[in-house]
Amino acid sequence: MPGRNKVTKKTLSAGQRRGPPLAWVGWSFLILLAVVTVLYVGLKAVANPILFLQNLLDGLKLGFVYALIALGYTMVYGIVKLINFAHGDVFMVGAFTSYYAVSRFNLHMWPAAAFPSISPNLAVVLGSLTVILLSMAVCVILAVTIERVAYKPLRDAPRIAALITAIGVSFFLEFFGALPFVFSARFIPYKAPFSTHAWYIKDGIHPIISGQASPDNTISFSNIFLIIAAASILVQVLLQYIVKRTKIGIAMRAASYDKPTARLMGINVDRVISFTFAIGAAFAGLGGVLYAIAYSSIYTQLGVLPGLKAFVAAVLGGIGSIPGAFVGALIMGQAEAMTMGYISTPMRDAVAFSILIIVLLVKPTGLFGEPAQEKA
Amino acid sequence: MLRVENLHVYYGAIHALQGVSFNVEQGEIVTLIGANGAGKSTILRTISGLLRPREGSIMLNGTEITTMPAERIVSMGISQVPEGRRIFAPLTVKENLTMGAYTRKDQAEIQATLERSYKSFPRLKERESQYGGTLSGGEQQMLAMARALMAQPSLLLLDEPSMGLSPLLVEEIFRIIVEINKQGTSILLVEQNAQMALSIANRAYVLETGSIVLSGDASEIAENPDVKKAYLGI
Ligand SMILES: Nc1ncnc2c1ncn2[C@@H]1O[C@H](COP(=O)(O)OP(=O)(O)OP(=O)(O)O)[C@@H](O)[C@H]1O
Ligand SMILES: [Mg+2]
Repeated sequence: MPGRNKVTKKTLSAGQRRGPPLAWVGWSFLILLAVVTVLYVGLKAVANPILFLQNLLDGLKLGFVYALIALGYTMVYGIVKLINFAHGDVFMVGAFTSYYAVSRFNLHMWPAAAFPSISPNLAVVLGSLTVILLSMAVCVILAVTIERVAYKPLRDAPRIAALITAIGVSFFLEFFGALPFVFSARFIPYKAPFSTHAWYIKDGIHPIISGQASPDNTISFSNIFLIIAAASILVQVLLQYIVKRTKIGIAMRAASYDKPTARLMGINVDRVISFTFAIGAAFAGLGGVLYAIAYSSIYTQLGVLPGLKAFVAAVLGGIGSIPGAFVGALIMGQAEAMTMGYISTPMRDAVAFSILIIVLLVKPTGLFGEPAQEKA
Repeated sequence: MLRVENLHVYYGAIHALQGVSFNVEQGEIVTLIGANGAGKSTILRTISGLLRPREGSIMLNGTEITTMPAERIVSMGISQVPEGRRIFAPLTVKENLTMGAYTRKDQAEIQATLERSYKSFPRLKERESQYGGTLSGGEQQMLAMARALMAQPSLLLLDEPSMGLSPLLVEEIFRIIVEINKQGTSILLVEQNAQMALSIANRAYVLETGSIVLSGDASEIAENPDVKKAYLGI
């Protein structure tokens, strides 16, 4: 038996060394593309460094949002080997929850109403946090329910069945949400729980008066950018801590490697899977609220493109890898922002999905991914 | 302490266990021997709750555990060292051991058990932060046993602990099994290496295609002419 195992492994690694059949086409194309891109962007950057830095910031903003979504894709894939295509729609529900909380129920005003004497700034912070936490909680409940109802019965079914179910759940959320008595299919102007402030940099940092454009040849950024960046980095650190240091995090890794043996340890694998869906959904919910605040209009298909791009980011980083998802998301953000800045806005999606095709062609395991391992 | 009665287990249409009954008493080493595919691992997987029997019952100290989920059975005091060791390759040695103590709460006690494991298996202490997947076969077997003991079981199920190990290491592993038993843990040992298993066991059962065909004191079984021919190669 051990002898036979060794033989299988050898053929496997030989297969991997050969790689996918057209890999060399992909590699040459990739190298050519990389050289052209770096040269092109480099020249543009030298010609106008300010514009370049502005694009870089815009790319970071997108990338940090994608990172919040991509973590959920990659964690869920790690444990149940499912691309949860409904994840982008959970993100959308996060945005809508905060919309209702703010525009319909004035939830963000509760601290000011309950404690009229506290400082207005503190009231805004507390109110906004409440809205964000509520949206995250709604996303958690939604995702855990989806897992229980739609995915759990298919746990032992072929993965393609679960994948098709995930696409079905995604469509359900989008089109159920589009019903007139649910969210409606319209674009809805989004009111943020706190006011946005922007600044421009030119010999120091100056505030931009709202309604006015920033002066030419300056770099501008907003408090939302800072919040998105801080939230995304914080989430990344928190998740690393959970996965590396906590008991449930180690159990997540154990269960994603070998579920029956995890159960022999006394790990409740169903609960670990629910927990994985829950944290992925919480981060997506957070991302959804921040995205809505940053782009100030929402509709039921809002999660589709960010969801797909976060999925590409997860594949680019190596699906199943948490740092990979983060790095992949930052790269995706830059690719899109540079395309918008230097080619044209409509090209952004084409570039994003070309990245998916190239990754699948050249290195399907992504930047940080381990080669698929044979397991009994 | 463990009483298995009339166990019937199916894999789809395959009738893998056809009315198996046996028992393990407090402090005993009991071995189950049988050819490949006889159903030995199936019995252990069913006791641990990974498989549901269609018929029959499993009692632990008078409590029915037949339909309990696997994770509850661990806290009832039954741990298993599965066939092929099943180390969590991407987890470090220490993390593997932590998972063994998953059902326990008291951190100080867990730490004490960990120290004791390191004392019995000094190699594991040296390799504490190495990934499980990078250990040698023998080290993995030690880790698998230490990991199961982290739950402080009253009954330890061992599925072919000698598989793929050098004769010297087999001796070592069996010495450790006897040691664990002396410290008060009852043992149900599944083995291909019938000779070794019979030499340390109190009692033995012989399994053939899903049924027990012979049972008795280990020394008796070792002298049985049919067993000698089929399993001891004499
Ligand atoms: N997952 C499964 N699906 C279908 N049949 C199975 C499955 N697992 C085991 N069997 C069958 O059940 C029977 C008993 O298998 P089991 O693994 O319990 O044997 P075993 O006595 O442990 O053998 P070995 O000494 O080779 O480990 C075999 O005929 C096997 O083919
Ligand atoms: Mg077996």
